Amino acid sequence: MPHDHDEPHSLLPSDPALRVKALETLLTRKGLIDPAAVDEIIDTYENRIGPRNGARVVARAWSDPAFHAALMADATAVVAEMGFYGRQGEHMMAVENTAQQHNMVVCTLCSCYPWPLLGIPPGWYKSDAYRARVVREPRRVLADFGVELPPETSVRVWDSTAEMRYLVIPRRPEGSEGMDEEALMALVSRDSMIGTGLARRP
Amino acid sequence: MGGRFGDGPVVPEDEGVIFHAGWHPRAMAVTVATGPLGQWNIDMSRHARECLAPKDYARFSYYEKWMAALANLLVDKGLVTRDELAGASEVQPSPLADHALTRARVAEVLARGGPVDRPSAVTPIFAAGDAVVTRALAENAEVPGGHTRLPAYAAGARGRILRQHGTHVFPDSNAHGQGEAPEPLYAVVFPASELWAHPEHPDDEVVLDLWQSYLSAAP
Repeated sequence: MPHDHDEPHSLLPSDPALRVKALETLLTRKGLIDPAAVDEIIDTYENRIGPRNGARVVARAWSDPAFHAALMADATAVVAEMGFYGRQGEHMMAVENTAQQHNMVVCTLCSCYPWPLLGIPPGWYKSDAYRARVVREPRRVLADFGVELPPETSVRVWDSTAEMRYLVIPRRPEGSEGMDEEALMALVSRDSMIGTGLARRP
Repeated sequence: MGGRFGDGPVVPEDEGVIFHAGWHPRAMAVTVATGPLGQWNIDMSRHARECLAPKDYARFSYYEKWMAALANLLVDKGLVTRDELAGASEVQPSPLADHALTRARVAEVLARGGPVDRPSAVTPIFAAGDAVVTRALAENAEVPGGHTRLPAYAAGARGRILRQHGTHVFPDSNAHGQGEAPEPLYAVVFPASELWAHPEHPDDEVVLDLWQSYLSAAP
């Protein structure tokens, strides 16, 4: 449905903050949204759903072989049992880094991202630069994050073109033997679960 | 835009940064709150963003695209009028007001999500390991200028089936109100050398999730 030059959005104020305010006010007056529900959605993603969910999944996968096996076989069911099912995470798959292969996740077509496990995608994940470059030059993108892979490690980039959402399981760092789940979680950065980072060393 | 040159560096940011301006969370949440009105599906809202004029798509920030696409959808679907949007007329209450998402339902609606796996009458014709070729043109086969999820950089490329994800709603149909038309969805792995003239590493790969309609058996 191509639009002509006067698309409806051009009728709103051009300043983005005023534009949102105008739209929210109009929708509220029409009864189509409830400002309290809008506040609740924001509170959910600012304070309750974020990358610590994913970090818990990774820490448990590192420390519990049965959990790890179940996660790799059916991630959707396993994370749902932990309460991490929901919008933009309806179909999950875990992909695991090894010495031979490093995984990275992108959505070149828009910004698909596993919200229930990682929260709102970071600005760079939604940027033209990341979306354009990571499929072609993943190592140069990793260099922007200060990450260098050994020459023998290949990269597999997952382009989220459908409703499958991917969680990278980073390699468990040396020196983390015997740490409990909470301590391991602190080693799992958000970026390590997208593939632009590695797990921290203890 | 996958594979495009010239976009500059990727700028990392701290995990604690969730939004970059005060209006960003409101833009996100207003968009999320209108979904449960049930007047469009996720493929229609993605297509609305893609249909923004190229000059707007290029100059708008991320959440400006969301706002612009939402405004266009609201008018296209008859939920608001152009005059209301322009502030040029009295605002009429919507007959859909009963369907507005309430605060009490937010947690449940977000937790329920919108799964897209469906039973399908389409028989899977590929299995893990099969060699396949993608459509030569990354365009919607039925609707000129329509929505498709085959990126241009992977058109006409030869890959291998990694796994079948089950049968999922077909965006090329669903984005245009032509039904969910579920069909087999596969993870297809491509050697980077199949996609790029100068891959960084001989063993690098790119995996895309592709519907059966996008694929044919490799000769």
